[in-house]
Amino acid sequence: MAEQFHAQQLALATEQARNPLLAALNAAGQQAFAAASVPNRKTEAWKYTSLHNLLTGDFQRTASQSDLTAGLREVATLGSLKAARLVFINGQLSSELSDALALQQVTLFSQADAEQQALISQHLGTVLAHASSNNSGSAHLFNDLNNAALNDGVLIHVGKNQRLEQPLQISWLSSNNPQPFSITSRLLMVLESGAEATLVEHYASDEQPQNSFTNALTELVIGDNARLQHYRLQLMQEDALHIGSTHVDLARDSQYSAFHLGLGTRLTRNDIVVNHNVGGSHCELNGVYIPQNQQLLDFHTCIEHKVPHCTSNEVFRGIMNDKARAVFNGRIHIHPQAQKTLAELSNKNLLLTNTAEIYTKPELEIYADDVKCAHGATVAQLEEKAMFYMQSRGISKKEAEVMLSFGFINELLEALPHEDIALVLRPLLAHRFGRDQSLSRHLLENETAGLSGENA
Amino acid sequence: MISIKNLHANVEDKNILKGLNLEIKPGEVHAIMGPNGAGKSTLGNVLAGRDGYEVTDGSVTLNGKDILEMEPEERAREGLFLAFQYPVEIPGVSNLEFLKASVDAVRAHQGKPALDSVQFLKLAREKCKAVNLDQSFLKRGVNEGFSGGEKKRNELMQMMLLEPSLCILDETDSGLDIDALQVVAEGVNAMRDANRSFIVVTHYQRLLDYIVPDYVHVLANGRIVKSGGKELALELEEKGYGWLESADNGAA
Repeated sequence: MAEQFHAQQLALATEQARNPLLAALNAAGQQAFAAASVPNRKTEAWKYTSLHNLLTGDFQRTASQSDLTAGLREVATLGSLKAARLVFINGQLSSELSDALALQQVTLFSQADAEQQALISQHLGTVLAHASSNNSGSAHLFNDLNNAALNDGVLIHVGKNQRLEQPLQISWLSSNNPQPFSITSRLLMVLESGAEATLVEHYASDEQPQNSFTNALTELVIGDNARLQHYRLQLMQEDALHIGSTHVDLARDSQYSAFHLGLGTRLTRNDIVVNHNVGGSHCELNGVYIPQNQQLLDFHTCIEHKVPHCTSNEVFRGIMNDKARAVFNGRIHIHPQAQKTLAELSNKNLLLTNTAEIYTKPELEIYADDVKCAHGATVAQLEEKAMFYMQSRGISKKEAEVMLSFGFINELLEALPHEDIALVLRPLLAHRFGRDQSLSRHLLENETAGLSGENA
Repeated sequence: MISIKNLHANVEDKNILKGLNLEIKPGEVHAIMGPNGAGKSTLGNVLAGRDGYEVTDGSVTLNGKDILEMEPEERAREGLFLAFQYPVEIPGVSNLEFLKASVDAVRAHQGKPALDSVQFLKLAREKCKAVNLDQSFLKRGVNEGFSGGEKKRNELMQMMLLEPSLCILDETDSGLDIDALQVVAEGVNAMRDANRSFIVVTHYQRLLDYIVPDYVHVLANGRIVKSGGKELALELEEKGYGWLESADNGAA
């Protein structure tokens, strides 16, 4: 099963990769992928994350159809978020929905000019390469596969002291095809010294049962004193399989603030690796996962403190419903030189049923002696006191459950720096919590009453 | 209004209420005083239907309906309101969302017309003003980071919005300074009318200077051991509870 998947994906990668600019990366990727073995239950970093649905799924081809349907058109607007957009459907650019190519900062690998090609050659694969030396399990063969199969991708280059005024939204959408298929997506973003931008990575689909496997890889190079606000939103229909990685390099005094959201699918695995490479950098890494039904959702995060005077703060919260399983592995690695590091990690989980599962593991590895670190993980059910309080005010038990669950993650949504993105996400998640509208109708009262946005 | 007969209740298998009788007519204010551990807070929790408070004997009817078999939310919709001694903080759920859900549920049950969001916000703002809370408290998480006095005023605001027929104030005065106490008392007094009754549970006679009761009861060892008019509170303030407890034990 694993062998067949391995062979098929290698063949597909070799067939896909045609861009001369990427030839060296492709060759290295193919070689590494061919040599790697598919993780199984005994592989530590995949212990609770079964690849069964991927290995048995026959994803040995790319999409044959990439039509722009009304459903996808709607999904691509991301709740009418004001943003410059690039929209891909099953891996193909939809030029009709994409206006961001007009920006000088945005291009595709296939359309890159000489200067941009130089940037690609300089950076592509280098951020990722750090992960293979950090021994976190995040350097897995799906990254090699992405390198192997890569034919095109998105380059965002924000020049020195430039600021992108609007958020940049990159939507990777999928729709059902006659046969199961693979999507390889790749994003390289380079912020030069003093640059600032907001990036919204959006993985979504229409509401039909999906038969896609997406292998997504994002590399973010954040220069001296540059700032990136990153949203990575996974809102696919639950049959879509997704393995995605985000690798971040932080230079001097730079800042990476991120919010990762995973709704959960039959298989979603996310690796996030942040490298503090030069002193003074700060990482604010937050996320929410809310799998339901029989979904499997895995976040593996790794923060590498390699140098002194860097700070990181990580908060992830999860709510597991039905028979869903979630995995959270939060690693903070403080190297011997990384004195004066401040690092915090918190992971709180809420189990809504007796059959839902969470495997959480904060991992602190500290090799420096003058640092301040804290970590904590909790697993709980809804609080009896709060339930009784709400019921004693006439609110039904079911509605109280929905309101309290939503409140648990809403704390993070309310803290998002972009209120317009919070306004997009709140209704979307409210809808998710109250499968019955009568139970979720009060979740958005602030908006309905016009209270949000008001500095009352 | 409410009729409590021979009420026995356990908390964690410990017998706390041991045959409590209380009859309250519409419009009356009854104060319940008593020493620590007498069962004062248990009474409020039992009446509101909290899990873990097990009624082993007796009956409670509210406006003629047996409420002991009802879920807490059903009791609230029938007009029972418990102002908590320790209001619960619920981060992530805004006060406005909470209040709207509550008022919608209660009004729907009582056959009153639903309020739309704009009407409700207007009403909620009025009530904020009435209890001297800044309007920003509507947008904030329920009781999140509120001071003790703000929490109690938030309870009072909920009471005003829900217009219950029976209000149980569980040590609402504990920890309040005189100013905050006056605000709460004024709010309660403004709500007194011929159809609404109050059970005011308190440890201190001071509250009863501001909310003047029709009756004062002393709860000790799970039962009401003495009842009287408002002058009983003054007597208690002077003499403490010792003489009543010993009298009760002697009688038993």
